[in-house]
Amino acid sequence: MAEVPLLKVSKLVKEFPLGGGLFGKSPARVRAVDGVSFTLSRSETFGLVGESGCGKTTLGRLVLRLIEPSGGDVEFNGQNILSLGTKEMQVLRRRMQIIFQDPYSSLDPRMKVDAIITEPLRAVQNLPKTQRQEVAAALVEKVGLRAADLDKYPHEFSGGQRQRIGIARALCGRPELIVADEPVSALDVSIQAQVINLMGDLKNEFNLSYIFISHDLSVVEHISDRIAVMYFGTIVELAPAANFSTSPRHPYTAALLKAVPMPDPHHQTDPFRMQGDVPSPIDPPPGCAFHPRCSHALERCRAQRPLLVEATSQHFVACWLNDGRGLRID
Amino acid sequence: MSSKILEIENLCVHFHLPEGIARAVDGVSFDLAAGETLGLVGESGCGKSVTSLSILGLVPSPPGRIEAGRIQFEERNLLDLDAERLRRIRGRDIAMIFQEPMTSLNPVLPIGRQVAEPLMIHKALSRSDALAEAAAWLDHVKIPAARRRLGDYPHQLSGGMRQRVMIAMAMVCRPKLLIADEPTTALDVTIQAQILSLMLELKSELNMSLLLITHDLGVVAQMASRVVVMYAGQIVEEGGLTDIFDRSFHPYTRGLLKSMPRLGNRRAGQTPRLHEIPGSVHSLTDAVIGCKFADRCPDAFDICKQQQPELFEIRAGQHARCWLKHYPDRRKQGG
Repeated sequence: MAEVPLLKVSKLVKEFPLGGGLFGKSPARVRAVDGVSFTLSRSETFGLVGESGCGKTTLGRLVLRLIEPSGGDVEFNGQNILSLGTKEMQVLRRRMQIIFQDPYSSLDPRMKVDAIITEPLRAVQNLPKTQRQEVAAALVEKVGLRAADLDKYPHEFSGGQRQRIGIARALCGRPELIVADEPVSALDVSIQAQVINLMGDLKNEFNLSYIFISHDLSVVEHISDRIAVMYFGTIVELAPAANFSTSPRHPYTAALLKAVPMPDPHHQTDPFRMQGDVPSPIDPPPGCAFHPRCSHALERCRAQRPLLVEATSQHFVACWLNDGRGLRID
Repeated sequence: MSSKILEIENLCVHFHLPEGIARAVDGVSFDLAAGETLGLVGESGCGKSVTSLSILGLVPSPPGRIEAGRIQFEERNLLDLDAERLRRIRGRDIAMIFQEPMTSLNPVLPIGRQVAEPLMIHKALSRSDALAEAAAWLDHVKIPAARRRLGDYPHQLSGGMRQRVMIAMAMVCRPKLLIADEPTTALDVTIQAQILSLMLELKSELNMSLLLITHDLGVVAQMASRVVVMYAGQIVEEGGLTDIFDRSFHPYTRGLLKSMPRLGNRRAGQTPRLHEIPGSVHSLTDAVIGCKFADRCPDAFDICKQQQPELFEIRAGQHARCWLKHYPDRRKQGG
C-alpha cells in the first residue's frame, strides 16, 4: 500500500479571461496552467522551473488555493481542499505556506517583526500576547536573526534578512508544505547561499516539503529532489534532480540548460541556436506548444499534443521523440 | 600596441545623504583597451553601476558628486567637459545599454524614431535617411519584419525584442565603447543567450570595446577577457579571465565563486550545503578602518582590521587588495 502523498495535484487548469466580454460576449481566455498533475511526498523538495509566463507561479498559487482553479483537483493529506469552506481553508493554510520573491513588498512596512511573523497564528487562534512573543522569539532565532530584531520594522533590514523574516512567518504555523516562489532571486550571490542553506536546514529540522519555484536552473538543481520543467502551462519534463542536467530528455530542457552561461571560462558555450520567443498564449500553436522553436519537430508534433509519460524510471517527458526509443538529444 | 580607449584613475564618487557621506566609489582605477571586453562584477551596492554612470556624466547630482579622479577617453578627460561637449560624445562615441528596456525606452515614441534619433542628432542625417538606417539596424539586431515595425511602440514588443531595440539604438552611431549595465538580467535564460551572442557579434563587427557590468559570474566567464571585482566601492581584485576563475586570490572572489551552485554537480541523495560568505556588506556611510571585507573574511587577522590593504600585484596582470599577499601563511586551509 502506497502511503497517501502530502500533496496530489490532478489535471489542474487555470484560465484567465483576457479583458473584454463586458456585454455578454464571452471574452477570450488564456490557459495559464493547462492540465498539470504531480504528487509531492513528505520531506520532498519539488523544483519548478521555466521561463516567464510558463505558469509556474500560477501553479504555486493554485496549489495553496490562493487563486481558484478552473478545473482539476488538489488533495492535501488526502483531503480535497477545493471543497473546503473559507473557515476550514483558513485553518488549513497554517499547514501550507508561501514565501515570496520580493522581500521588500511582501512585508508590511508598518508592522514590527514580531507582529509580522506571528500573524498566521493570530488569524486562526487568539493566543495571549506573551505566548505569541515566545513563539516569535523562538522563530527569529531559528532563521538566524536576533531577539532584538523583533522590535524593528522591515526597512531596518537588508534583503537577505527580510527574506529570513518571510521564512519565519511561513514557519509560524508549523507548516508541512511551503511554496517558495523565487525566494532567492532578488538576493545577491553570497546572501543567496545563506538563504538556500537555511531552507535546507529548516527542511531537515521540521520535515518540510517545498515546492521551489525558480527560473535559476543551478539553484533549483541544487536544492530539489525532483524537478519539473514547465512550458506554456504544462509540465514537459519531470526528472530526479540527479538526472536533470546530465540527461535531459525534452528538447526544451536541453535548450534551457544549454542557454545557462557557465561560470567557467574553459566551458565553451556553443553558439545558441534556439530562436524566437515563447508563443502568444492568446493564439496557442497546435500540437506540442514547443514545436515552433524545436529543431527536432516532426509532423506529428505539429498536430498532436504529447502527454507526459515515463521514459525511464521516474523520469517523465512529454515529447514524441521519446516515443519508446530513448532518443538522445544534443 | 595596446591602445587604451578608456582610463579611469582614482575615481571617487560620494553621495551626500542625511545619514552621512556614502562612499559609493572609493578610489577606483582601471583601463580598457580598444576592442577589449572588461567585466565589472560585484554585488548590489558595490559601486559598479555608479562607476559606469560617472563615465557618461549620468550620476544623479545631488546627492551624488564626483569628488576626485580622472576619466580619460581617447585624448580627453571626460570629467573636464561641460554638459554640451559631453552630450556630443554620449550616444556617439560611447553608448550605453541598461538593464530594464521598458524603463529606458520612451513609451510614447515609436521605436523607429527612437533608434533614428542619435543619427539625427550626432550625424545630422535627415529624418528619412535616419529612419532608413534605423530600419537597417533593427534588421541587423534580428527584429523580424523590422521595416514594418518602425511605427511600433515599446509596449508592443517582448522583453527580448525591447532589449534588441536598445542595442540597435546604442549601435547606430557605431560607438567605440559600449557600456552595458546588466543588459540581460531582466531576461529569460534563452533570450539572454540570444542577446549575449548578438552583442558578441556586433562587438567584433564594429571592433568596439565593451564594459560589461553584471552580478552574474556566468555571463562574465562567457563574455569578458578581463575582470574587475568590486566590493563596497573598491576594486578588491582584477585579472584575466583565468586568473579570476582558476586562481583568484582575494577571499571575497573565492567566496563568491564557491557560493554559487553549479549545474551538473547534483548527485542523488542529500543536498550538500553551499559555501556561505557570512554576514552582509557594511553600510557605505560607515567609516571602516582597515579592509572593508575583514568582518566577513574567513582569513582576517589583526592587520586587516587596522590598515587598509592596497591592490598588490599577485602576478603579471592580476592584483588583489588583500594582506594575504604579504602574509600567505595566514590563509586558512581550503581557502
